[in-house]
Amino acid sequence: MSQEIIALKDINEKLLKELNIAGVTNIVFCIQCGTCSASCPSGRITAFRTRQILRKALMGLSEVLKSDDLWLCTTCYTCLERCPRKIETVPAIVALRNVAVENGYINQRHREVAHMFIRYGHAVPINSENIKKRESLGLPAVPPTVHSFKQALEELQTLVKKSEFDKKVNFVWEGDRK
Amino acid sequence: MKLALYLGCIIPNRYPGIEAATRKVLPKLGVELIDMKGASCCPAPGVIRSFGRKIWLVTAARNLTIGEQIGLDIVTLCNGCYSSLKEANHVLKIDNKEREEINAILAEIDRNFKGSIEVKHLAEVLYFDVGIEAIKKVVKRQIPVRAAVFYGCHLLKPSELRPWKSAEKPTFLDAMVEALGAKSVTYRDKTMCCGAGGALRSGFPEVSLAIAQERLKAMKEAGAECIVNVCPFCHLQFDLGQHQITQKLGENFNMPVIYYTQLLGLAMGFDPEELGIYMNVTDCKKLTEKIGT
Repeated sequence: MSQEIIALKDINEKLLKELNIAGVTNIVFCIQCGTCSASCPSGRITAFRTRQILRKALMGLSEVLKSDDLWLCTTCYTCLERCPRKIETVPAIVALRNVAVENGYINQRHREVAHMFIRYGHAVPINSENIKKRESLGLPAVPPTVHSFKQALEELQTLVKKSEFDKKVNFVWEGDRK
Repeated sequence: MKLALYLGCIIPNRYPGIEAATRKVLPKLGVELIDMKGASCCPAPGVIRSFGRKIWLVTAARNLTIGEQIGLDIVTLCNGCYSSLKEANHVLKIDNKEREEINAILAEIDRNFKGSIEVKHLAEVLYFDVGIEAIKKVVKRQIPVRAAVFYGCHLLKPSELRPWKSAEKPTFLDAMVEALGAKSVTYRDKTMCCGAGGALRSGFPEVSLAIAQERLKAMKEAGAECIVNVCPFCHLQFDLGQHQITQKLGENFNMPVIYYTQLLGLAMGFDPEELGIYMNVTDCKKLTEKIGT
């Protein structure tokens, strides 16, 4: 980034505002020491740099929302634990991801996980192989979760609609399918 | 003591052996488990919270109200569920504005978050409420293996909201494993992430597996004979992930992976079959043979 010319058109003034709304205001205290990047399990094996993500966000560079790098954080919180300025690093990255999704930047594999969650109430739903395993262990074939109670799934799906999460991840309800 | 059992997704739907083992061993240590009927995904902090904080918070709140209705503190068996439920519970208890907003949505399904219970992790219950000495007393069969103890991230962090208050060099889980007669080996980057979380495993599996491979290398170099964990997502990452690493990256570690209550169940004298130990992808036979089951 240091070698690049940053044009005004690359700067998204809304970005910091949106981070403010998400309650992540203390990234302005970042001194760019790099303790976060040095502690990062993803950064050790990829070019992902937490420090750079935070700097780009502070400058309002909207490229940060489009980049895959934003999704390489494992949310392990080691950087947050070690930050000498006590910056809310992980909540900042999560807030940036929220803004990215709002703007339509979400990859297909992630969208599928979100759809599983909406459809079944479990991000990882039961399957026939595990029904058999459960039975052989003497457990109920289907766990006593949202999987066993229709009303519970309806409750969850009401919450999805009320928070407009379905729209964010382009989920199409059964009755609305063409 | 009585606790509301929060199952989550991966344990009941991918590793039911962990559920069976937990339901068998906890009552023998004086912990009665009551099902949280109709509970959903916590929701997963790495994926769902990254996609939308509001649906994350309101879904977690709904799950918490199920515990509140039962009137018991919740025990989770997963670091991710622990993270979501514990942090949502904390935020909703201290932030009046956020609680009002969430309760306005919950009113649509006739629920209300009150903030009357706590969220605990299995390891927390076993270490603080049951205690190492009580665990030692139920051991009928010593576990003579060198174990790579794996804490995972969200059990320890953010440490401000965890009972141990520090994420650097924890020892409680090592003590719990050694109480069963095993030796906890020291290995490089022990508290570094398994690579599954943060939507990485679903979004960028090649990076996710490369992180797990780093951890596995360190464990192998230290002479570990198995991995002992307290999180089904770390468990899946090291168990199923190990198979994927062999296929995609060509490295074979041949390292059995076992969840703590499964190892505890073996020590208490249960058969490996009833603890679902052979349902793992990794071959746990050499482990159980060494234990003599």
